[in-house]
Amino acid sequence: MSDTYEPVIVGFLCNWCSYRAADLAGTSRLHYAPNMRPIRVMCSARVDPQFVLKALREGADGVLIAGCHPGECHYVEGNIKALRRYKLLQRLLAQFGIEPERVQIVWASASEGNVLAEAVDRMVEQLRALGPLRWQETVLGGDGHGPVEAGEPAAEEV
Amino acid sequence: MADKGKFAMYWAASCGGCEIAVLNIGEKILDVDANFDIVFWPCAADFKYKDVEGYPDGYIDLCLFNGAIRTSENEEMAHLLRQKSKILVAFGSCAYEGCIPALANLTSKEAIFRTAYLESPSTENPDGVLPQPVTQVPEGELHIPEFYETVKSLDQVVSVDYYIPGCPPEPHQIIAVLDAIIQGAELPPPGSIIGAGTVAVCEECPLEKHEKAIKRIYRPYEKRPEPGICLLEQGIICLGPATRSGCGARCPQVGMGCRGCYGPLDGVEDQGAKFLSAIASVIDVGEPGGEEADLDREIEAVMESLADPAGTFYRFSMAHSLLRRARVNGSGDGEGGTA
Ligand code: SF4
Ligand code: SF4
Ligand code: SF4
Repeated sequence: MSDTYEPVIVGFLCNWCSYRAADLAGTSRLHYAPNMRPIRVMCSARVDPQFVLKALREGADGVLIAGCHPGECHYVEGNIKALRRYKLLQRLLAQFGIEPERVQIVWASASEGNVLAEAVDRMVEQLRALGPLRWQETVLGGDGHGPVEAGEPAAEEV
Repeated sequence: MADKGKFAMYWAASCGGCEIAVLNIGEKILDVDANFDIVFWPCAADFKYKDVEGYPDGYIDLCLFNGAIRTSENEEMAHLLRQKSKILVAFGSCAYEGCIPALANLTSKEAIFRTAYLESPSTENPDGVLPQPVTQVPEGELHIPEFYETVKSLDQVVSVDYYIPGCPPEPHQIIAVLDAIIQGAELPPPGSIIGAGTVAVCEECPLEKHEKAIKRIYRPYEKRPEPGICLLEQGIICLGPATRSGCGARCPQVGMGCRGCYGPLDGVEDQGAKFLSAIASVIDVGEPGGEEADLDREIEAVMESLADPAGTFYRFSMAHSLLRRARVNGSGDGEGGTA
């Protein structure tokens, strides 16, 4: 690991709005943090909560779901579906001890490259403040039976 | 006699219900007796670990292993029985995917000990004694198994040939599997889930289904279900849409939402995430086109009525879930288990 921590964000971008917003941010040479690894999905509703959990377990520090504004979904209500899942996922993740800033949803239309860029910048700052997630190492431990947080020895009781 | 198969059954972190389920197969148990010598079954017959250690490798033809792996003893027995068994079956939800014991993964060992040995109202322990792995007594050292921080499924510690889901598995499913083995039927490829269906519980459920749109979620004591109508439609949590069939939709038929004990459907890695999607999809947010803030509020209000999403969605599958356990800090506050 390098000594400065660079958060890794997995970004699920809707093909019709947010992916184009990201394109626009690029072509209009907006400067924003390079920490997001974009994945194009046909709709924010395509983002199965399993994708989010997998990303977090496999090393992402945060996940950004980006879609069209409510009312503007290419598939009419896909983004509302994504929003409902997201709200429930947030509650679930809190029970797992995962901070709410680590999974975010943002609406960015095809013309809003700046909105997407700002969301990424903001999220990177928030993740920087939280520090790395490192689920495999710190939570699952060597074999998953072990201590749950790095740094603390296992309690001595059986 | 000599060519009778050798049968073993073992319980690790379990409730005993799986043993009862096997005994509950009625007169079919006589077929088991006629076709197998029981060579290890702590619940039903007096054998010792030493006996098992003395068997040659692969001596046991069929071992039904129930219970999750929560202590070093459970783990040792898993390794021993793996070595001694030709067919090792993860029997029941605990062995298959962690089940109720693995809900402990939402908290820490420290917090569990605190509740069990210090704080529960029925505990009297003025000296605050906690179990110790090693204790000195005049006769020497006493050792007890180590209690792990994280509960695992059987296949997370040894390789498993088959999985029989259910909490506990249904008698007719157990009979079907035993019959197949007794009759020497060709067995499915190792790693298969047997003794269960392939569709969702909803497809076996006779309750009437309409369009689902729920405004709030009721806990079981808050509402008497209207008979004959899908429970989820009535706002009662039912995990039938994301649970493997095989039980005959036992629970919804008597007005109790499916809890998900038959585990995930084929191709689903994380049953909880699937439940989450299913529940989120039926939440009614009214006509589209309102203000974004109103929409947020409306969704939040429904979510608020769902107590303990993690415990609800992962009631049986925490150990097998993608995240597997909650993050709890090393200071021993043991938080992380409550919303
Ligand atoms: S699967 Fe259910 S019945 Fe079987 S041991 Fe576990 S809790 Fe008990
Ligand atoms: S009651 Fe449950 S299992 Fe039956 S149809 Fe409704 S959701 Fe499916
Ligand atoms: S209805 Fe659900 S909880 Fe009840 S036995 Fe069937 S799978 Fe298990």
